[in-house]
Amino acid sequence: MSLSQGELVAMAYAVVFVFVLAYVAIIAAKLARLQRETTELVELARKRPSTESVIGRAAEYAPIVPGEQGRAR
Amino acid sequence: MSASSLRSLPGLASLAAAAMGVALVLALVVAPEDADQGISQRIFYIHVPIALTAYFCFGLGAFKALLLLWRGDERYDLESYVAIHQGTIFGALTLITGAIWARASWGVWWTWSSNQLVLFLVLFLFYCAYFMLRYSLEEGPRRARSSAVYALFGVALIPVSFLAIRLADDFIHPTVFTRDGPQMSATMFATFCVCWFAVTFLAYVLYRVELAGKRLDADLRELREVLQ
Repeated sequence: MSLSQGELVAMAYAVVFVFVLAYVAIIAAKLARLQRETTELVELARKRPSTESVIGRAAEYAPIVPGEQGRAR
Repeated sequence: MSASSLRSLPGLASLAAAAMGVALVLALVVAPEDADQGISQRIFYIHVPIALTAYFCFGLGAFKALLLLWRGDERYDLESYVAIHQGTIFGALTLITGAIWARASWGVWWTWSSNQLVLFLVLFLFYCAYFMLRYSLEEGPRRARSSAVYALFGVALIPVSFLAIRLADDFIHPTVFTRDGPQMSATMFATFCVCWFAVTFLAYVLYRVELAGKRLDADLRELREVLQ
């Protein structure tokens, strides 16, 4: 196949364009996956008992006296 | 990576796209046609900036590797890896656009008689092997250090590859930048500078985007481990 000089110039620029486009598409796919994972983790975090309620319940059993952190009454 | 740093990415990406647009118009429309090579010389405006950017990315990867070995901060491992990944992508583009230009100018896609071509191929394959080394080791400080040492060895090939054409009696590959300055008209040189800036800026934005994605991925993995 014999390509003209103009076609070869167009090919060189098209290759660069396709590479950059493919790279952006891969990054976009990765960001979509990260977004899905973030949503999953948010759901997972919501299903767990909230941090405040855990602290509240812990305080019922072992309230911490200011200045005496770490020592249960 | 801070939130403000992430927020600046869409703006930077838009600027990179605009710079590439201007560079394309200058390279394909504004720049005058070369008297010797004709229209095929226009490949120069994309091929050479991409090659220089590949060298820059490999150099940046080696610099980050040096910082990792020097300071021991593991964040440089990811930065070095991303820079070398970028360098490999631009290296592949250099080889492809170079082959197309060779076909247009010399009538062949590749010639083993040009030292610069062969040395660039060696450099490219050397950095391809970087990924094999990296993924053959378990994640951790040992992998980071081994990858860093390998990246530092590779950087020695850059000046050899860059200067090969000047050191050898090779008249196949054109030498545009000599001690007497650039061997082209002012418009051509200005076009080349704009293209170089646009390609380097594009590489910088892609580097930032990839690094942000990798860091986010690592953070999410850590968060998943905490939650599960």
